[in-house]
Amino acid sequence: MAEKSIRTAIGEAMRAEMRRDNNVILIGEDVAGGQGCEGELDAYGGVLGISKGLIQEFGADRIIDTPISEMGYMGMAVGAAASGLRPIAELMFSDFYGCCWDMLYNQAAKFRYMFGGKAVTPLTVRTMIGAGASASAQHSQSPYHVFTSLPGMKCVVPSNAYDAKGLLIQAIQDDDPVIFCEHKALYDLPLAASEVPDESYTVPFGEANFVREGEDVTIVALGLMVHLAAGAADELAKQGIGCDVIDPRTTSPLDEEAILESVQNTGRLIVVDESSARCGFAHDIAALVASQAFDCLKAPIKLVTPPHTPVPFSSPLEQAWIPSGERVAAAVLEVTMGLDAKTAMDTVMAAKSAAA
Amino acid sequence: MSLTKEQLLDYYRKMRNIREFEETIHRENTTGEIPGFLHLYCGEEANAVGVCAHLSDDDYIASNHRGHGHCVAKGSDPRLMVMELYGRAEGLCGGKGGSMHIADLDRGSLGANGIVGAGAPLATGAALTQKVKGRDNVSVCFFGDGASNEGYVFEAMNLAVILKLPVIFYCENNGVGEGTGVDYAVGADSIADRAAAFGMPAKKIDGTDFFSVYDAMEEVVAHCRAGNGPYFVEAETVRFYGHFEGDPQKYRLKEEIDNAKLHRDCLKKFRSRVIEEGLATTEEFDSIDSDLVAAYKGYVAEAKQAAWPRPEALTEDVYITY
Repeated sequence: MAEKSIRTAIGEAMRAEMRRDNNVILIGEDVAGGQGCEGELDAYGGVLGISKGLIQEFGADRIIDTPISEMGYMGMAVGAAASGLRPIAELMFSDFYGCCWDMLYNQAAKFRYMFGGKAVTPLTVRTMIGAGASASAQHSQSPYHVFTSLPGMKCVVPSNAYDAKGLLIQAIQDDDPVIFCEHKALYDLPLAASEVPDESYTVPFGEANFVREGEDVTIVALGLMVHLAAGAADELAKQGIGCDVIDPRTTSPLDEEAILESVQNTGRLIVVDESSARCGFAHDIAALVASQAFDCLKAPIKLVTPPHTPVPFSSPLEQAWIPSGERVAAAVLEVTMGLDAKTAMDTVMAAKSAAA
Repeated sequence: MSLTKEQLLDYYRKMRNIREFEETIHRENTTGEIPGFLHLYCGEEANAVGVCAHLSDDDYIASNHRGHGHCVAKGSDPRLMVMELYGRAEGLCGGKGGSMHIADLDRGSLGANGIVGAGAPLATGAALTQKVKGRDNVSVCFFGDGASNEGYVFEAMNLAVILKLPVIFYCENNGVGEGTGVDYAVGADSIADRAAAFGMPAKKIDGTDFFSVYDAMEEVVAHCRAGNGPYFVEAETVRFYGHFEGDPQKYRLKEEIDNAKLHRDCLKKFRSRVIEEGLATTEEFDSIDSDLVAAYKGYVAEAKQAAWPRPEALTEDVYITY
């Protein structure tokens, strides 16, 4: 089996589903590119080249380049989904959800409930999340916490190539609307590459993946944060501290059982979350554990999130904004050894420079 | 006139059905038993019926907050719609949608909509479905003069033109969006004029005259079915009641409303013309009227006695699988 990147895995999933089912179409800005220009058609193939080649195979009726018109084309995708197609709508950056949110929030997600269980809206929204590319405040956010809060919508945040392919195929085949969040730092990250079968398969929603197993601390993380948490866990293992690193893979539905069971074993919880310092995914998990497994807790829950600020542009500021492996490790030392925050971070940094 | 007597009486019955629906709701609302917001369609019936006369169950419509008429015209069962307005389990949407969210997908209705202008991209999407599947079905977006200023409508119109989709943007211009006049809210001389800027053909018609709507839509629907892309229709119509039930309508003059009811009532105009041309009799129309009055009395009595949704329904049908 070949090792593949998330970029390749997502492209394979779309192609396979479009071959399997003629009702699957792709709608978005520059999903091919070059329409109406004198140069090459399919000049972009999506801004990251993921959908390159699809227009040649499936034609312009199914690979639909739209104007820069998020409210219009997202609404068109929702209407198409409610009337018999299975559109994949690409929202280039998740930050643009503000331009089309009504069609997801007030329309697609509510149809089934409002219409008494009769509507079927099999829409998949693919969208980029994540900081780290100096893309600044309007192209770097990870608003999956907002998507998660919406009843009727499912939300997927894959962290590796195998999951990305299986989860995207599941999303396209799913009869409910799904937002599929792709972290831009993961597309080609070697750590996120994995063995990916050429054939199609699905990864079910609502089933967490145990990335590392340990006795002392439960770390819940999503997307890029999974790799930071796993790296920290590997370092801590050398010091004899064992971490369960749980990747829920989907935030809605959420595998609550896996998280609660793990905390029942470890008695400690850390959540690493790039979404928000307030009302974020981390706070949701913390509330779950505090309300349902309080008796098991041996230490306060720690949340490793960005500060309550927009994402800054300048690299040093942006790097300070993104939760780091060091902050995860320090949080583990706080809850396992009872260190205060400063001492914990000093200890982590000292270990790091000793290793270097 | 090319319509048969049977067709004429059928279209009258549909318009009268909508009128009776709305008048019944208007009356019953005062008892306080119908919860929520209600936006009545009285005065505009010729539009819904004149448009839907050319559509089948495989054609789609997207309606708006003033949607009862569109739903009845598209074939939804008014008895189940009354149940829905009373919030009962047997309602068309199980009592979970209410007045602003009555949808009937089996009848090609993408639903009424509480978000002004939202139907435009949804109808455009249903038209995309027809194009991708290679069918000759069309979709119609009903929206008002108020919605005509929403970005939704502009974006959908542009998409429909560039993708050459079989969607009809049917603007019911009743002269007032909520409580603001169209002359203030629309910068262009006419709403239909905007279509040309999008590269879309347009017609302006009398939306208080069934025959004007019916004839125009015959041509417009044929244009779209033949794969010639979208069409814009502006129908000048009237709204007999307020924006919502309970609206004191201080922004309008009583004479304006009285005048509209006297001279621009699509039902009266239809009756007079058909009787004048000797195609049906007063007695035949009156008999339709009294049948519907009786039917709605029954629907209301039944709805008031009908069962509420089961408590478990609260958390059902959020997802298909979860």
